[in-house]
Amino acid sequence: MLAFLIQRVLQAIFVMFVVALISFSLFHYVGDPVLNMLGQEATAADRAELRGRLGLDQPVVVQFYRFIVNAAQFEFGISYRSARPVTDLILERLPATLELATISAIFAVVMGIGLGIYTALRRRSWLSRFIMTASLIGVSLPTFLIGVLLIYLFAVELGWLPAFGRGQTVRIGDWWTTGLLTTSGLRSLILPAITLGLFQLTLIMRLVRAEMLEVLSTDYIKFARARGLSDRVVNLRHALKNTLIPVITIIGLQLGTIIAFAIITETVFQWPGVGALFITAVRFVDVPVMAAYLMMIALVFVIINLVVDLLYYAVDPRLRAQGGGK
Amino acid sequence: MSQELQRADPTPAVLKPPGKLRTFLDSDIVHSWKNQPVVIVATLVTLIMFAAALFAPWIAPQNPFDPRQLELIDAFTPPLTTSDFTGNFYLLGSDSQGRDVFSAILYGSRISLLVGFAAVIFALALGTALGLMAGFRGGWRDALIMRIADVQLTFPSILMALLIFGVIRGFLPRSMHAEVAIIVLIIAIGLSDWVQYARAVRGATMVEKNKEYVQAARVIGLPARKLLFQHILPNVMRPVLVIGTIGLALAIIAEATLSFLGVGMPATQPSLGTLIRVGQDYMFSGEWWILLFPGVALLMLALSVNLLGDWLRDILNPKLR
Amino acid sequence: MTSSTPSSDKKGAVTHTGPGEQSVPTASHKHGEAALAQEPVLSVRHMRVEFPTRHGTLVALDDVSFDIAPGEVLGVVGESGAGKSMTGNAVIQLLEPPGRIADGQVYLTGKRIDDLAEEDFVPLRGRHIGMIFQDPLTSLNPLFSIGDQLIETIRTHLPMNEKQAREEALKLLREVGIPAAEERLSSYPHQFSGGMRQRVVIALALAARPEFIIADEPTTALDVSVQAQILALLKRLCADHGTAVMLVTHDMGVIAETADRVAVMYAGRLIEIGPVNEVVSNPQHPYTKGLMASIPGIDKRLERLYQIEGSMPRLAAIPEGCPFNPRCPHAQDRCRSERPDLMPAGAGQAACWLHDPVDPLPELDENDTQEHAHVR
Repeated sequence: MLAFLIQRVLQAIFVMFVVALISFSLFHYVGDPVLNMLGQEATAADRAELRGRLGLDQPVVVQFYRFIVNAAQFEFGISYRSARPVTDLILERLPATLELATISAIFAVVMGIGLGIYTALRRRSWLSRFIMTASLIGVSLPTFLIGVLLIYLFAVELGWLPAFGRGQTVRIGDWWTTGLLTTSGLRSLILPAITLGLFQLTLIMRLVRAEMLEVLSTDYIKFARARGLSDRVVNLRHALKNTLIPVITIIGLQLGTIIAFAIITETVFQWPGVGALFITAVRFVDVPVMAAYLMMIALVFVIINLVVDLLYYAVDPRLRAQGGGK
Repeated sequence: MSQELQRADPTPAVLKPPGKLRTFLDSDIVHSWKNQPVVIVATLVTLIMFAAALFAPWIAPQNPFDPRQLELIDAFTPPLTTSDFTGNFYLLGSDSQGRDVFSAILYGSRISLLVGFAAVIFALALGTALGLMAGFRGGWRDALIMRIADVQLTFPSILMALLIFGVIRGFLPRSMHAEVAIIVLIIAIGLSDWVQYARAVRGATMVEKNKEYVQAARVIGLPARKLLFQHILPNVMRPVLVIGTIGLALAIIAEATLSFLGVGMPATQPSLGTLIRVGQDYMFSGEWWILLFPGVALLMLALSVNLLGDWLRDILNPKLR
Repeated sequence: MTSSTPSSDKKGAVTHTGPGEQSVPTASHKHGEAALAQEPVLSVRHMRVEFPTRHGTLVALDDVSFDIAPGEVLGVVGESGAGKSMTGNAVIQLLEPPGRIADGQVYLTGKRIDDLAEEDFVPLRGRHIGMIFQDPLTSLNPLFSIGDQLIETIRTHLPMNEKQAREEALKLLREVGIPAAEERLSSYPHQFSGGMRQRVVIALALAARPEFIIADEPTTALDVSVQAQILALLKRLCADHGTAVMLVTHDMGVIAETADRVAVMYAGRLIEIGPVNEVVSNPQHPYTKGLMASIPGIDKRLERLYQIEGSMPRLAAIPEGCPFNPRCPHAQDRCRSERPDLMPAGAGQAACWLHDPVDPLPELDENDTQEHAHVR
């Protein structure tokens, strides 16, 4: 158990180190930060002064060390574009993204697992066939097109739901703002959450279905039936548990993808989150914001990976006994 | 008995082995194709859209990239309308610049397909080369390439493409951004997608490397280069082509997404994704055709290429799921 | 405590460590003979199983009929693909779709069960018909402890609370010879060896004291040294509880050691059935003769092993007439056109025109037979 944990944590640290290296290289080699911050008109003395203040005159290794120390304290410097601390920019937009991603994830996981089970158990019903065909379209469609078409149908033509923005928000504590407590906030959340969750939903559904069909054909399920257990017990106790274990890994990784894909959804719905911030940064080569976003996403992915591994470990008695092979 | 033999002899045509076309038409692929109406429709749609994109200059009423051909006075002409001012007929309407939407879709899918194909070929070549090297040479090269692949796989490819796009742009002066957008796109999408090919090729190479014929060739003393290109490469191409077909759909979608996000093709040279981004602004004011037709075009293209890819994968390699 | 299980007798509650092996066959054999007069536990009549496929309907079982008396062990032998396992799966209605019983009847203690809907059949499984599968490594759900799986099975069939079911589970584990049963209850399947897992599987199959169990190759996946132990256990438990067994295997040795009667299957049909000693020492069907002659050690006069020429036909290409005719040393015109049903032969029955009570075909002479007999 301990060896397994240490190995996983080391791997996570390695990934974070590589990402930090990439982020630092962005800083160091893409464009000239001094030029970017002071503009063309600054004097040579101004530049040298800023260079010294930013520590850019020191050896690369020292700079990298300082970058990591700063990053560990969530310190990523000043945005070239808005001249504000990157950390502030990200923090004020983080709640919007996290709320959207969480709701989408719940939507995708609940619906995905439910529909996956249904289509596996009622494989031949017309509803299952319909769902499977529709899911193929869901997998093929670009996220942004789904979003745009949903806006066109439900906001422009039918006028049922807002087309963009977060609606009214309520401030909680120092920096968290939530849209979950107002009607307009909740209404604004529906279309973006569906857009963001739909792709993951279809993926999870197809995965659960395939895995469940495989489990249903195993000997131990057949033996469970031969022992006289009812359909409900066989399907929902035995088959489901065996289905969900391998699926947990991939679902976990999919949740990370949701945060990344939020970039697209946020752009479509003009959602004031970190994804939209990142797109603006890419468009204007705002390196500090790009680097910070990259580190943040990497951290989210690494944490999700770790949690998934541990969860996997906790639910599968075979892994527990072997002390973490696989 | 003897009669039969005699009958067979003077008419050798009957016994001639079936031609290549005949063999192909009898094969499982064709059989499976004929029995799946969805796949037939997908093939037809794909072929029509490929042809339309290829022959766009001859089909399109105007060149939407040439500002001189645009009639500003015809802006926002609804679909199926002949303009009162210029007498031009707009099949799918026109946009704010007086650009014919039908022509824009034809030229736009041309760009989408060009970027898609080029990015897939780039990713395929890079991934195959790195995969061959990793699988054949092993050692530190293998370890390095596969660790990079692992880290890259941690992130979704659209994020990688965005990042690579941003980095490349950072190196280029701002004035060049619009001109080289198409090349930057191809590189960004290609670089974000090489890992799959590399992994598949590496696996196949390691299997192939230990087979007897390769061992024998080594014993004979065939140079490594010859061994790689003449013996191993042909054997690992099948999974690569299967991944490539699905990769095409993904690359088309990736290009459309980047362009939609405003970091791909500029509005002066719109791809389908750019057209949808531009069209989104007009959907609230009632000019739905500027958004909807490019959207439907992209939907049809992505869906049919994806269906074809899925079908090909199932036929050629049922295990690759 | 076990008063609620109707078929459990006093012997069942006591762990049987006794002299067992010799006395049991004769006892159950007598039991079997006596039982022939009474109603059979299982009666299969003219069962036909079909698999509709895109290329036409495959007939996996054709006109299979047999009875099993209470407490009797019926061995079912044949090559792989002959339909042995299919017969067991059809009886307990666990055929892989799209397979289905297309014709015939199955009676369990006199009541017809083949026409029951799935929800009416579920209560029979485990309670009246048990089943043991070939591979103990894959028969147990890896994510549930042995105790969980035992208790859930017991509580499905018997009106017990958690605590009573736990006691019962312990008793079962001790009965199948699992040491330190108390501790093992919370173990997971992967913590057991193959033989131990098969003991658990047997405990599960017998948990509700069914009158009849189907054992589908119960020892094939096990080490030879363990095989004998498991067979002895199965036989002893079934004798103790008066459980009838349908023992499906391709191993004649297992049959000879364990079964009271034996049924031989070929290409989806039952071609010979009779008391085990008779079938082994004096087989009536040419296929059975070949089968017996091909087993080392049974017929010691043969120095080299006999081999039946050719191979069993695929289900899609079963020949006209007797399915064995292309490989049979005695095949004659009638065998190629007309299909034989089971008819009295020796002490049992065989589906072969050589035994036609009205007009038996002559056996072809030794020289002809020699030509067909390939010697390796």
